Amino acid sequence: MKAAVIVFPGSNCDRDCKVAVERSTGAQVEMVWHGDTALPEGLDLIVLPGGFSYGDYLRCGAMAALSPVMAEVKAAAERGVATVGICNGFQVLCEAGLLPGALLQNERLKYVCKPVALEITNAQTRFTSGYGGRREAVMTVGNGEGNYFADEATLDRLEGEGQVVFRYRDNPNGSARDIAGIVNARGNVLGMMPHPDRAFEPELGSADGAILFQSALASA
Amino acid sequence: MKAKVHVFLKPGVLDVQGKAVEQALHGLGWSGVEGVRVGKTIEFDLASADRAAAEAEVKAMCDKLLANTVIESYRVELA
Repeated sequence: MKAAVIVFPGSNCDRDCKVAVERSTGAQVEMVWHGDTALPEGLDLIVLPGGFSYGDYLRCGAMAALSPVMAEVKAAAERGVATVGICNGFQVLCEAGLLPGALLQNERLKYVCKPVALEITNAQTRFTSGYGGRREAVMTVGNGEGNYFADEATLDRLEGEGQVVFRYRDNPNGSARDIAGIVNARGNVLGMMPHPDRAFEPELGSADGAILFQSALASA
Repeated sequence: MKAKVHVFLKPGVLDVQGKAVEQALHGLGWSGVEGVRVGKTIEFDLASADRAAAEAEVKAMCDKLLANTVIESYRVELA
């Protein structure tokens, strides 16, 4: 099993993601610089980490979405490689057009950093299959722009097609329809604001995030 | 040629900054203020003499990078 974490200037959860994937799954994890024009061969999982890529200049994720390596990430995602964007990584996936919608400033203008209870809305995806019959997971959020937005038709389609994967039990940021995480239509690209990379061992308060990485690589 | 691009959240997309500024203005006594929107202006020089070509070029820049048309609308001024 092989995974890559993409490192943008300003990423700050890149090492967390590497350690989280390694300890959860035993996979070999390579760090890939945003300026690279090729990804390692034979990847089973690509992780876009949290942080403040390019200082959040212009819009969160906007510049990172145009990084040289993103052309390769898009091509890999189109080939069906499992791709997870966490927090800033979710913003990058939306800006890159790999996921619909956008992340707006939090409703109450506050940076929210706390553990959140999530409803696993779709346990059939390749990222959530390992949760079995469980319907709830706990992870932490840490974001100022985590307020998911899409037009009503897109939201209806996401819900109708089972693309809403996680919802907040108690919405911390004003996200449309309490959405915390979505997948693309094909089901191989996941974007989520909560951090599975900050919840992969009981010592961190929750180990629920480990199951997500295990699921993603189990189906590889 | 000078280009100015004005980017705002689309009507219908909640502008929380605009709302906060509006409440602050109300707090200062300007009770007649409504519909505050906070946007941004991006300005730059463009090496182009042809207005139509410049307009098309700046529009392409907006669609590719300067605005996210899922949530924002933009207006271009050339001078």
